[in-house]
Amino acid sequence: MYGTGLAKGLMLTLRHFVESYVDDVRYGFRKYHHSTDNFGIRQGTKTKGVITVQYPDEKVAVPERFRFVPFLIVEDEDHPTRAGKDWCTSCGICAKVCPPQCIWIVRGNDPNTGRPVPEPEAFFIDIDICMNCGFCAEYCPFDAIKMDHDYELASYDRTTHHIHDKERLSKPNSYWRGIAPTRAYEEMLVRGTWEHKDAAKEARRGAASSRASAPRPAAERPAAPQAEVASEASASGETAAPAPAAEGATPWTEDDAKREERRRKALERKARRAAKRGQ
Amino acid sequence: MDNPAPAPERQLDTATVDEAIGFLRSEHADAVTLDDRDGYEGIIVEGGRLLDIARVIRDDLGFDYLSSATAVDYLGAGDHLEMVYHAYRTSGGGALVFKAQTDRENAEIPSLVSIWRGADFQEREAWDLMGIKFPGHPNLKRILMWEGFQGHPLRKDWREAYYEEEQKPFDSRWPGGHVHRAEEKNVFGKNVTYPPDIDLGRLMDTSESAVYQSLGLGVDVERIMDKDGFETNELVVNMGPHHPSTHGVFRMVLTVDGETVTSLEPVMGYLHRNHEKIGERNTYLHNIPFTDRLDYISSMGNNHGYVLAVEQLMSLGRKYNPPTYRCEALRVMMVELSRIVNHLWAIGFWLNDIGAFFTPVLYFVQERERILDFFEAVAGSRMMCNYMRFGGLFGDLPARIKSVSNLTNDRVRDYNTMQFLTEMINERIPRTIDDLERLLTQNEILLERSIGVGVLSREDAVNYSAAGPLLRGSGVAYDIRRAEPYSIYPELDFDVAVEEEGDMYARYRVRVAEMRESVRILKQILPRLEATAGESIWADGKPGAYAPRVPHGEAYGRVENGKGELGYYVVSAGGRGGSANPWRYHVRAPSFINLTPMGIMSRGHKVADIVGILGSIDIVLGETDR
Repeated sequence: MYGTGLAKGLMLTLRHFVESYVDDVRYGFRKYHHSTDNFGIRQGTKTKGVITVQYPDEKVAVPERFRFVPFLIVEDEDHPTRAGKDWCTSCGICAKVCPPQCIWIVRGNDPNTGRPVPEPEAFFIDIDICMNCGFCAEYCPFDAIKMDHDYELASYDRTTHHIHDKERLSKPNSYWRGIAPTRAYEEMLVRGTWEHKDAAKEARRGAASSRASAPRPAAERPAAPQAEVASEASASGETAAPAPAAEGATPWTEDDAKREERRRKALERKARRAAKRGQ
Repeated sequence: MDNPAPAPERQLDTATVDEAIGFLRSEHADAVTLDDRDGYEGIIVEGGRLLDIARVIRDDLGFDYLSSATAVDYLGAGDHLEMVYHAYRTSGGGALVFKAQTDRENAEIPSLVSIWRGADFQEREAWDLMGIKFPGHPNLKRILMWEGFQGHPLRKDWREAYYEEEQKPFDSRWPGGHVHRAEEKNVFGKNVTYPPDIDLGRLMDTSESAVYQSLGLGVDVERIMDKDGFETNELVVNMGPHHPSTHGVFRMVLTVDGETVTSLEPVMGYLHRNHEKIGERNTYLHNIPFTDRLDYISSMGNNHGYVLAVEQLMSLGRKYNPPTYRCEALRVMMVELSRIVNHLWAIGFWLNDIGAFFTPVLYFVQERERILDFFEAVAGSRMMCNYMRFGGLFGDLPARIKSVSNLTNDRVRDYNTMQFLTEMINERIPRTIDDLERLLTQNEILLERSIGVGVLSREDAVNYSAAGPLLRGSGVAYDIRRAEPYSIYPELDFDVAVEEEGDMYARYRVRVAEMRESVRILKQILPRLEATAGESIWADGKPGAYAPRVPHGEAYGRVENGKGELGYYVVSAGGRGGSANPWRYHVRAPSFINLTPMGIMSRGHKVADIVGILGSIDIVLGETDR
């Protein structure tokens, strides 16, 4: 009969209409009070009727993997040896892997030796350009840059507020573990330590060299405190006199010099190629 | 050569691609040479004979569907421009790739519009962006840029306003990365040039005729404009670019006779951002998040097509690990979920267009929200998923979907991922589709509005290179997942949805049936995910490199996306060790090419139906304009 299809469809609309009130009655309008549990009812998988979120009074909590404008991890203030230190070593991978090229890094140099040091002197992210793809966090070998959960970044003036400098970008390690505990744990498993990769390496090296200098088995027991001392020494050594490291030169400067050499060569090659293209 | 013996001709329709190439080389040795460049496929056809050969390819060899036609600028590598055509059979199988070369100065290649109407917009695009002239094209005007634009942006020697370097990563970012904002360094306005013959006064002209000056096809503006008073019975109606029913900044110019549309011409490019040029500056990896921004309703599918294309190229090299089984299963699951999202969205907004304003769409969007929640928990973003990588994925499924946010409302969501998925696939999505069908399929108003409206015949659908539900709604059972299977589709059990009528209602039915097939696929994926739990998504157990080098060659990766055939044509011009940036990166966008038959579909209908016809094609302007 003509019109039955229409009526059937309207029954569905009616059902939705009724359901929204049935749910209200079932939860006694508790659904709409601003509390976590009530919000959970409304946003759960079993809910019926009205599911809208009254933003900004209510906010849907974002999942752990949610990604928004990146931030830099710095060590917590209560860290015994590295308080306030950057996890970033200014290796530049994030800047290279960034699709819209919104990351600028000034690599720090040791004022005495002129050699690069593994921490950024300045770090900028233009959040107007950032496309929130998360590549920087994904490919950072030091887990030093992470995607944030704070998506409320509106401001009145884009020219001054939308270029985040290092101060604005830096957030403590504990913040990251707070917003993404599972991911922080997984990264720890890959890294093999809760500490920064370099710090852990230093610690191991310190422990090894101390074993070498004091080959008695009794020295192995207090390995952990010694490791801390060693990493402390190297940490303070970067700003003051060259570190009195056990094995002579600090290994990272050597690596970096090589890297710098490679980079210089690569740039030359690139320039040659560009010149060839230009002809 | 025009009269090959009848017996071989019959066999030729079903000959393999290699046999077809062999036939062309032996019968037309003067015009056809094999493309023997390293990593390339197909044949190079001599420009003057292109039309003959193309006719043989279509009529004798049976490659009736021209999927993609695009141009490449080989500046510095032969210094020629090249048109690359990918022709397929609608009965399935691989592509016959044929190319035509021309020099850069006076670039001319005969137009194939007389053979495949589907080449219409693609040739206009090649003229616009690459500067190849196509003698024989009925309306060779710019399509994405405006008339009066200087230069052809995809040529290798063209540089954009905020040009920094040929290729990323830019040297200024590290190690001496002192921040600057592009617009401060390079103020827009000083680097805009105009062609010498352009009348700049035109830009100040506020009269009506200027609005239509760059149009050509079918709309004889002058004739109609010259008439005055009520004597005229034909009228030009401009819809868009700012019109709520055009799904974005899209413009249609129609002539109406009374209420009846006599001709229609789509005008696009308002959202053009030269995606392909950006793609050539980018490294291979950089392009993945950019593909999200094409068809932003189904970004998972966009990712899939692109990684397939690049994986095809990578497999030419020695160091290549194909994705693991679990990775493929996850990819297919994501793509099928996004197909459901796409169709829910498409049907919902099509209903908006024909007058069922927002009540149905909101019912569907509720379910879409759940799927997007899942994407967000797995990939990190609801719409800009950026989930797939070459040879792998961003990450495996998390064990639990949960929020530990510092904002508010902790503990709101905490589900077991597999349980959430199982419930969604087995209960929630089928229920939503049932509701959708109950609401609409027999609804008399919908039937009256959509049956017999916007008819596209089977022949036209193929000839105009229509793809996706638009093609299958016209009775062509062509689905790339079956016609040229990729990933794990060969082992999955599903049917190709097809309807014969070719009208708006048929397309609606195809979309509904496809959602049901997607659910069927997803139900088969679930046990596969459980069986492979714990298996790595990377063949060698660790994530791929951040700057992969891709061997020399070309690849055309195509997937059946929600809107139709999405293809990526990628050329790598790397020497030994491969290249870090694509030489050419072209997107065969279904939303763009599906608009080619818009004109013939609209003829004879009312203005109110045009809106519905456009909705039934299902376009996204991010992909149309690129």
